Amino acid sequence: MKKTVKAELILENGVRFKGNAFGYIKETVGEVVFTTGMTGYQETLTDPSFAGQIVTMTYPLIGNYGINLEDMESRKPFLKGFVVREKCDVPNNWRCEMDIDNFLFQNKIMGLENIDTRALTRVLRDHGTMRGIITTRVDDLTPSQIKQKFDTYTNAYAVKETTIDKPYVISGRGTHLAVLDCGIKHGILRDLSKRGCKLSVFPAFTSAEEILAADPDAIFLGNGPGDPKDIPDVVETVRKLIDTGLPVLGICLGHQLISLALGCNTTRLKFGHHGGNHPVKDLKTGRVYITSQNHEFVVSDLSEDVEATFINVNDGSIEGIRHKTKPVYSVQFHPEASPGPLDTQELFDRFIKMIEEVKPHAKR
Amino acid sequence: MGTKMMATGEIMSIGKSFEAALLKGVRSLEIGQYGLERKSSKARDLETLKKRVVTPDDERLFDMAEMIRRGYKVEKICQITGMDLFFVHKIANLVEMEEELKTMKLEDFTKESLMYFKEKGFSDKAISRFVGCTPPDIYDLRKKWDIMPVFKMVDTCAGEFEAVTPYYYSSYDTENEVVVSNKKKVMVIGSGPIRIGQGIEFDYCSVHCIMALKKKGIETIIVNNNPETVSTDFDTADKLYFEPLTEEDVLNVVELEKPDGVILQFGGQTAIKLAGFFDEMHIPILGTLPEQIDEAEDREKFDAVLETLGISRPKGKGVWSVAEGIETAEKLGFPVLVRPSYVLGGQGMEITYNDDQLKMYLADAFEKDSKNPVLIDRYLSGREIEVDAICDGTDVYIPGIMEHLERAGVHSGDSISIYPPQNISDDMKHQIMDVTKKISVALKVIGMINIQFIDFKGELNIIEVNPRSSRTVPYITKVTGVPVIDIATRVMLGEKLADMGYGTGICDEPDVVAVKVPVFSTEKLPQVEVSLGPEMRSTGEVLGVGYNLENALYKGFIAAGMTIPKAGSTIIATVGNKDHEDFVKIAKRCDALGCNFIATKGTARALKEAGIECKLVKKISEGVPNIIDTIRSGVVDLIVDIPKKANNKKSDGFKIRRTAVESSVTLITAMDTFNAMVNVMEKHIDQDKLDIFDINKDMRK
Amino acid sequence: MPRDNSIKKVLVIGSGPIVIGQAAEFDYSGTQACQSIKEEGIEVVLVNSNPATIMTDLGMAHYTYIEPLTIDFLEKVIAKERPDSIIAGMGGQTGLNLSCELYDRGILDKYHVKVIGTSIESIKEGEDRDSFKRLMERTNQPIVESDIVTDVDSAIDFAQTIGYPVIVRPAYTLGGTGGGIAHNEAELREICTQGLHLSRVGQVLIEKSIAGWKEIEFEVMRDGAGNCITVCSMENVDPVGVHTGDSIVVAPAQTLSDREYQMLRSAAINIINSIEIKGGCNVQFALDPNSYNYAVIEINPRVSRSSALASKAQAIPLPRSAPK
Repeated sequence: MKKTVKAELILENGVRFKGNAFGYIKETVGEVVFTTGMTGYQETLTDPSFAGQIVTMTYPLIGNYGINLEDMESRKPFLKGFVVREKCDVPNNWRCEMDIDNFLFQNKIMGLENIDTRALTRVLRDHGTMRGIITTRVDDLTPSQIKQKFDTYTNAYAVKETTIDKPYVISGRGTHLAVLDCGIKHGILRDLSKRGCKLSVFPAFTSAEEILAADPDAIFLGNGPGDPKDIPDVVETVRKLIDTGLPVLGICLGHQLISLALGCNTTRLKFGHHGGNHPVKDLKTGRVYITSQNHEFVVSDLSEDVEATFINVNDGSIEGIRHKTKPVYSVQFHPEASPGPLDTQELFDRFIKMIEEVKPHAKR
Repeated sequence: MGTKMMATGEIMSIGKSFEAALLKGVRSLEIGQYGLERKSSKARDLETLKKRVVTPDDERLFDMAEMIRRGYKVEKICQITGMDLFFVHKIANLVEMEEELKTMKLEDFTKESLMYFKEKGFSDKAISRFVGCTPPDIYDLRKKWDIMPVFKMVDTCAGEFEAVTPYYYSSYDTENEVVVSNKKKVMVIGSGPIRIGQGIEFDYCSVHCIMALKKKGIETIIVNNNPETVSTDFDTADKLYFEPLTEEDVLNVVELEKPDGVILQFGGQTAIKLAGFFDEMHIPILGTLPEQIDEAEDREKFDAVLETLGISRPKGKGVWSVAEGIETAEKLGFPVLVRPSYVLGGQGMEITYNDDQLKMYLADAFEKDSKNPVLIDRYLSGREIEVDAICDGTDVYIPGIMEHLERAGVHSGDSISIYPPQNISDDMKHQIMDVTKKISVALKVIGMINIQFIDFKGELNIIEVNPRSSRTVPYITKVTGVPVIDIATRVMLGEKLADMGYGTGICDEPDVVAVKVPVFSTEKLPQVEVSLGPEMRSTGEVLGVGYNLENALYKGFIAAGMTIPKAGSTIIATVGNKDHEDFVKIAKRCDALGCNFIATKGTARALKEAGIECKLVKKISEGVPNIIDTIRSGVVDLIVDIPKKANNKKSDGFKIRRTAVESSVTLITAMDTFNAMVNVMEKHIDQDKLDIFDINKDMRK
Repeated sequence: MPRDNSIKKVLVIGSGPIVIGQAAEFDYSGTQACQSIKEEGIEVVLVNSNPATIMTDLGMAHYTYIEPLTIDFLEKVIAKERPDSIIAGMGGQTGLNLSCELYDRGILDKYHVKVIGTSIESIKEGEDRDSFKRLMERTNQPIVESDIVTDVDSAIDFAQTIGYPVIVRPAYTLGGTGGGIAHNEAELREICTQGLHLSRVGQVLIEKSIAGWKEIEFEVMRDGAGNCITVCSMENVDPVGVHTGDSIVVAPAQTLSDREYQMLRSAAINIINSIEIKGGCNVQFALDPNSYNYAVIEINPRVSRSSALASKAQAIPLPRSAPK
């Protein structure tokens, strides 16, 4: 039997789970969520949308194919903690370059293993997303210490933490997109670039003027962590960009920012949608697609000029919107997947087609 | 194993880790394995093991584990077998843990270390075997430290939504998801995976038992590990526990649910094996009690019962050595029937005709298992009769008396079964009823009982009694329309036959004749003897229904994929000397029908002497082209090969029979079957005029 | 998607007796199918020669015939009961073969019996080795180098060009019957002869052996509108070379990275979309453990042994949904 360091997860509602620590051992506080994907833990680990969160994997065996340098969705993992039933110490895959324990260690992320992840999932689904502490001071923290940790936790600066410092360009000969990086996944950039797009990527808090100065054909807002209402400056920027008449497209957080900019409202879901099996229905055709999702917040009330394009078959929530007259179009789910099903990939083609159709008119 | 499938069935196991699921799977196989260490693998040297894992067979998992145990490099195993390192590594984990257990004593366990082993899937039996204590020792330790399994739901959504599937598996975790009700509830033990001797018939019985219990408003729980069946459909019972059918795993469910009763009668040998354990643990069993089951299964006890009742059975006894065997056989008189005790499907059963054959059999049997006796019975050649009956402790109801086409010596599961019986007098039927009642009441049977008789020169003899449901129940139910399992279940719940409205005694016979014909898969299993004998070989069955026996047989043969010869058909025959006389009588009739014969030397001579024309074909030992080539050439419509002694892989007969099967030519290996086939041929049945029957309404006019 | 209300009486063909390669899984699926169809208020006529099944229980179907599963007897049942439709995919290989034969012989036309669910053409595309090859070419799916032969000499010739070892796969058989791995000409001769004899259409596929590749299966379900879901992924612990029915199989697949998994998943969906399956389908892949190279080994446009496993592993009763 290997030597292990004991650790526990303390939830805001008092429920505790005792297990073993792995990765980089340090106390951590975060918003505890669960994701149901059975593959793609590396993409999950490096998805900036998880910034500030402690992510629980419902699938019990994680790390089977190790970690490789290719499947990174961002420059490093931003999550606060990683909870699994069992981590794999002897992964095997032709692209495997490192095991998960080492990866977390190198990136200073705390891991917790050997807890009843199903029981944890059920707590979260019954009571909703809540904060949690992972600590090695098992049974040692006092109630006031615990309370203090919860009270001082905030995720309001998540976008600031995950966005880039300086703008950069990914060259391409086709459509020119100005991309606002609020914690965008590389998968999105990859899928756009694959289609020949030129991408001018900007940090999240760049002004509208600076973005427009790049003379893009359209604006693209990717995913990111946290509550969209925590970044009102960005919402304002998006409003200005929409007003120019340029096509504005968005995924996940981008979709929420666009919606807020158009006067819609966003609310928090009980425990979010995290996983690769979420069915969404295309309201125009009636077809249902299986999608990858990762969000806690959702667009809830539509303003007059906005209509829904997709809804979630499980709970009826809004999964996509469009402006009734302007070329503004966004989805909550992830057509780039990474991880997840590739069923909605052609959405990127639709985006580009739309931009090309609007292009002659949008040039002012 | 290769690209041609050979498995008859499968189990499924669910766990929280690969190791746990794998170990659960291993103990679900019912091969006496509770871990990865196997005696036969241990006896092989490394070179042999290596060769064996490269061309895998059903023991590869254990051979591989043994190699790892001896220090063979894991990566190299991956290379030579092609198996992914991920899986081999998991197997290596288990081997490492097994080796660790070997160094431990009971006192060395801590709560944490024991929990670790349980989490990884080690059963108490496995741990105790490696540590050198008893399973109850481990069980007591677990009880002391509260290391008990919980049950999780299989819900299709990883817990994301509240689900309503009442389908559970065990794991060593913190949260239990089962809501135990306080309604009256009964647990039914399933029959496990499909294999020769215990197929889908038992699942049929389990499902019907559940349906009967449900009708009575009782909460039903099924425990089974076969993913292919209706019993493990989570809609069937109120709760499904997908677990191995071992003592510990079933006990876990019992301890959680605390059923008012457990039913073991419908799970074949798998469930019956648990009777003793349940008795020890004071778990209430519905129906025939364990001591009574034991009386029926234990040969000596049973003989005593028969003695008191004055019922004849072929004389015999259990022997413990070759010498004792020879002595016994000489007293009884050859031929004798020999088999190991406590087996299913007549495994290992054979008929021996002389001292040499018997010596060979016994030597082999005692080498395989020196701890149990070999049973030797006088072999009585006669008509075989089978009965399924329900007893409520006082009265007996017999849904049907079945007659076997093939005489005694062919396993009942492999015989063609005829209902209603065609050759049994009313007087004999009364005797059968009488004896069945006597035995059932003496054994205190509550529920089902299956009895096999031989009519030996007018005298009724008992061969075997099984205090449980049998494989003939489904077909009898459908042909008679009597809900056999429903009645049996109600009896087990305490109802009396007299009150149920079906009466007692023998059920009225329907207006049709139904014939159950066994089906074999032996073409898939090379090196397996094909001829009919005491060891069961069929994997499944078909039914033929008609207004008379020949019509029913015709359909049965066709349904089983056999060809019925007609004028101009070619029949190849090779028959042992002692059967020539009987064979020729039947062959004459074939000849009269216009069939052509090809035969090997001895048989050819017998035919010619009787005035039947036939072509001569060489035996294998006589050179080429020979009988094998003729069969392969496709000119043959039927092969009649009645062996002198089966199961000798080197014999010509074995090869001929295998070729027949592999070339898909209809093969007959018993005289009675040949006779029946010719009876059918003589009727010149016009297929177009044959009736079809909707079993829902056409069985009785 | 709206139901077809012209369906009033459906014929379901069972899978016959338990044999190696086709055991109880079809009792489970057939029973579910009967119940599912009954739920829709449609009459069920069942034919199955196996008396041991729940499917052939009194009252499970409206009309139950325990009769030989041959074309002649099936025709008798059709003539007597006059069903308006037939479902081909609930009786395993047996059911499939018989449905195809009824169709080929014009018996379905003669009695105006419509094939519902996956069409005969789609079934053939999946089962017939030649059609399968063409289908894969059409959908741009890689397959293992192979050729269809109808005689032994052609088999030998082809094996010379692709190199041994080769795998022999007869068309329209169950459990890989009549097939095998040949390491040299002598073995090929023997296996091929038997295979040709046992195939319903006298056809075998000779294929390059990809021993050592991972064997991954997907159970997929598609409705008439084109919506697809992959219900379950499975990985054979024993690699290619051991029949999947004899392998230890684990659900879900364990050793695939997300990219590999999605690649195969998308391929499976593309395939069932192109043959317009309505119902369930099993797709088997071989994946090179050292690259993204894969090949489609086989598709089974019917409920199968794996779907029983998938149904029970996932608690999603595939055979109940498929007929609907």
